[in-house]
This record gives sequence, structure tokens and C-alpha cells, in this order.
Amino acid sequence: MTATVRAPAQSTGQVPGPVRATLLVVEGLWTWYRRHWRSTLVSSVLQPLLYLVAMGVGLGTFVDAGGRGARTVPELAGASYLQYIAPALLVAAALQNAAGEATYPVLSGFKWQKNYWAVTATPITPHQLAHGSLLWIAIRVAVSGAAYLLVAALLGAVAGPGALLALPVAVLTAMAFAAPLAAFAATTRSGGEGFNVIIRFVVLPMTLFAGTFFPVEQLPALVRPLAWVTPLWHGTELARGLSLTGVPPLAALGHVGYLVVWLAVGVVVTRWRFRVRLTT
Amino acid sequence: MIEDTALVRARGLVKRFGDFEAVRGIDVEVRRGEAFGFLGPNGAGKSSTMRMIACVSPRSAGELRVLGEDPDRHGPRIRARLGVVPQQDNLDNELTVRQNLHVYGRYFGLPRARVRAKAEELLEFAQLTDRADDEVEPLSGGMKRRLTIARSLVNDPELLLLDEPTTGLDPQARHLLWDRLFRLKQSGVTLLVTTHYMDEAEQLCDRLVVMDGGRVVAEGSPAELIRSHATREVLELRFAPGGQDAAVPLARELADRVEVLPDRLLLYTGDGEAALAAVQRRGVQPVATLVRRSTLEDVFLHLTGRSLVD
Ligand SMILES: Nc1ncnc2c1ncn2[C@@H]1O[C@H](COP(=O)(O)OP(=O)(O)O)[C@@H](O)[C@H]1O
Ligand SMILES: [Mg+2]
Repeated sequence: MTATVRAPAQSTGQVPGPVRATLLVVEGLWTWYRRHWRSTLVSSVLQPLLYLVAMGVGLGTFVDAGGRGARTVPELAGASYLQYIAPALLVAAALQNAAGEATYPVLSGFKWQKNYWAVTATPITPHQLAHGSLLWIAIRVAVSGAAYLLVAALLGAVAGPGALLALPVAVLTAMAFAAPLAAFAATTRSGGEGFNVIIRFVVLPMTLFAGTFFPVEQLPALVRPLAWVTPLWHGTELARGLSLTGVPPLAALGHVGYLVVWLAVGVVVTRWRFRVRLTT
Repeated sequence: MIEDTALVRARGLVKRFGDFEAVRGIDVEVRRGEAFGFLGPNGAGKSSTMRMIACVSPRSAGELRVLGEDPDRHGPRIRARLGVVPQQDNLDNELTVRQNLHVYGRYFGLPRARVRAKAEELLEFAQLTDRADDEVEPLSGGMKRRLTIARSLVNDPELLLLDEPTTGLDPQARHLLWDRLFRLKQSGVTLLVTTHYMDEAEQLCDRLVVMDGGRVVAEGSPAELIRSHATREVLELRFAPGGQDAAVPLARELADRVEVLPDRLLLYTGDGEAALAAVQRRGVQPVATLVRRSTLEDVFLHLTGRSLVD
């Protein structure tokens, strides 16, 4: 046993610039993913496809056969129910997956595995770690979304090339919701019981009632505003409109603006919570 | 450069958590090439001090220079040149041993080829080559600790911070780690170690400070500390339970200082054999006797008290 480590007159360590540092965090997470991606496939790609087939093909047969409401929904005029829900399910699945990635894995970095402390003991700063972690979630949902879209197209669920625009919309919507959630996870000290509450009482009802399967106009007027404040509704409107009928520019701007505000606030608060927790 | 030989220079360094002062104004200077220790009981403020030096915890007051620079202003630049072994392992348990080294090295801006080569060298150094492709989770505590140390060396740090490197390990694992740390020291790495083990401090440290309650209560080489805070020898007199009380007055007469333990008296004296002879002449009948040299442990217990902190 003669292993030695050479005497360090000068360390080889460098300070990566802010963009490079962010990408290095992504690279670290990618290293994890390369090893474990199979375990993530079911929830990220397969699950939304199952919904698409069950609802779009199964239930869609009844809807297309002339459900009373169907004739009054403009997006359904030139498209099948399958094509109607395909972009919405893309957005909903992206949001759900991003929500999952922004909660337990983030809390684990602070609390169980504590590897965030390992990262910020290097030249990487807490802000860069926050940026990289969020960017990674965005990349993940973008890739899953693309895979979903491909299969959906093969199933005849994609009406036209406009569906390609639904992908960035899905990523934006997912991150608009996930960024504030990451801030919450970074603030959480308990075992993450709050996450289940959010999944059950926010994400699930949002998916069911904020326009994924039917227009919110079908809801009682009193509860419609509840759907309108969710990022999911804005993302769904936008993605569906772009995929099927097109969206008036002003409406599109409104939806994007609303989502960007959520995202921006989420990123700022996440940065702040990362820094506070990692530099006590 | 003025700071050339001092890798760490702290003056009146303070760390507060709310109203609580964990570090209460300490002065420390660590020179290039030495192994410097923070010795102290739990809660003394060792980790808080280490985290300030590691540039991950801003100081509350006082002055601090690490590698000649101010952690508040140049944190990333200083961290690029440090190696850090935290008290609690924070490895990525779902990556392999080798991947842990690769990923970590990249955070220091090292090129992939360099990281790959360095990882092999460090695997060898940490005796983990056989386990390189295993996930970290099932490794033993000693292996995880070795991996954490290997990881901290990936950027060839000029200053290595080790917070309780061997706490919780079995004796074999501790000795292997000490051997590795000793090699590092031989190769010129400046070591900063916290510990509450006397043998660790005596083995590794050229110089150390004893910390207690957030303050530095003594400073020097292990030999200097023994010289100035303990006598050359100690006479231990062991009694049946309760039997030692009667001998205390005599002991005080014969020794510079006496410690009364539940089952023993410790007589601190320049000449243990002479004290023993005197004890026997005066008719005191201990169950067992022992003359030994003073150790760092005697200094430590004298300075930080014998009551349990936690
Ligand atoms: N983040 C923190 N918040 C509040 N108190 C802390 C924090 N970290 C450490 N302390 C307290 O500061 C004191 C010193 O802790 P520490 O530096 O970990 O000591 P040591 O490493 O010597 O055991 C302890 O009383 C500990 O409870
Ligand atoms: Mg400690």
C-alpha cells in the first residue's frame, strides 16, 4: 500500500461562473438520473398516457358520440375528445411531476441525505444550487413531456403542429407551481407531511376541476374563480388553445404573464430559503 | 505577503445563534503545514468554529481570514481551495463511490478527465477501489468516512478541515483513518481537526487549543499543555467504594493537586514513586496503585471539568 496524495502547493480548485455552476448542479443530478431513471418512468410518462387512453379513447367515445355539452365547447368543434384532453394532460402531468420533484427530493437534500451541505461546501453557492435544482426539474418535465407527446401523436391524440408549443407551456406551468413549492420544501423542518396535504388537496382537485377534462364553465359560477387562480388552468387554456384553435394574443399574454409571475416569485423565494438554511 | 504562513487567522471570533453565543471571541492562528486541533467536549463550539472557517456560516463578530482572505467577501474563492470533512457524512447515498468523487470534483470546476484520474488515485488512497462501483448506502461507517475524506481531497486542498473525523468508528477503522491523515500531513497538507479524543489529538496535532463553553481555555503543543497544566506524573490510588475519603487529607499534603473520583484518587506530582512510598509509610491501604505519566486527558479533564456536558 503505497498510495500517496501529492503535496498541494496550490489547490486545483476553481470558481465556476454562475451559469457553469448552475449547469454543474444539473450535471450532478443527471448523474443520479442516469442510474435511476427507470424508477421514474412510470409516474412521469406512463401514467399520463394511461389517463389519455382511458379518458380520451374510452370516455371520449361517449363524448364524441354527442354529449349534450360537447357541442357547445368551441375547442371540441373540430377535434375529438382525445385531442381535447391530450394537451391538458401534458400540462397536468408536467405539473404533478414537477411538484413531486420540488418537494421530497429538496427536503432530503437539506434534512435526510444532507447533500446540499456537501454542494455548498464547494465553490457552488446556495443560489446556484437553487437555480440548478429548479433547472433540473424543468429539464426533467420537458423530456418526459416530449416522450408523452410522441406517444400521444402515435395514438392520434395530437391535432396538429401547434401541439409542439404546448410543451414549453407545460414546462412553464409546471415550474410556476414547482418553484414556490421548492421554497416551501426548503423551509420545511418536519418530515414533509405538508407535501401530502398539498398533493391531495391542491394538486389533485386542480387536475380534476381546473379544466383538464372539461371546461371550467361547467362548474358552478361560485367556484369558477378558484379554478381561474390556479396556474394549471392558465397553462391548460394556453396549451389547448395552441394545440387546437389558436389563442388570441392578449389572452395568451395574460396567461403567460400570470405564470411568469408565479415562477419569478417562486424562484426568488427559493433562492432566499436556500441561502438562509444553508448559511446558518 | 504578511499572511503567508497563517492559513487561518481569527481574532475575537464570535458565533451567535439568536441570543445564544456558541463561540465567544476566540483567537486562533493556523500555520501552513501544521496539524492544528480543536479539542473540547460536546457543545464547546468546535463545529460552529469549523463552519465559519469553511466559509459556510457567516461570523457574528470578530475578524477572520482564511487563506489570507475574508470569508464574507470571497467565500467561493476560498472554498475552492479548501477540503471539508463535516461532522456528519453527507455523501450522495444513491450514487456509487466513484460517482460521488466525480460529481464532487466537478463542483470545483475541474475538467472531466482530471476528475476521473483523481478519483482513481483517491479510491486507492482511501482503500475503496474494490467498492468503487457499489452504491454508498450499504457501506460501513468507516468506509463512508474514508470516502468523505477522499472526496474532500478531490481539489488538492491547501487546508483540510476535519470535524470529528473518527467519532463513532471502531478501533480498526480509526487507526486506518489516522494512518491516512498522517500521510496527508507528511505530504504537506495543513490539517485542522476537531476532536474530543485525547489519543487522536496526541497522535495528529502539532498544536491545539482546548475549547470549552465557546472559549479557548488553553493553547500549545500536546507536550506543552501537559507541562503547563499537569505535573509530570500521576499517582492513581484505587479504593473499595467510599474507602478513599479518609485518604484525601493525606493526598492533598503529598501532591500538587488531587482529583477525587468515585473509586480513585489521582495525585498530581513530579515524582509518583516518592508519593507512593510516602502513602505506604503513612499506613494508607489502597486496593491498587498505579504510577503513570500525565496525559493530555488529565489536562483536558482538569481544564474542562469532569462533569458530563450532555
Ligand atoms: N444552528 C444552530 N442553532 C442554534 N444553536 C446551535 C446551532 N449550531 C450549534 N448550536 C449550539 O451551539 C453550541 C456549540 O455547538 P457546536 O459548535 O456544534 O459544538 P461542538 O462541535 O463543539 O460539539 C451548542 O450548544 C449547540 O447546541
Ligand atoms: Mg461538533
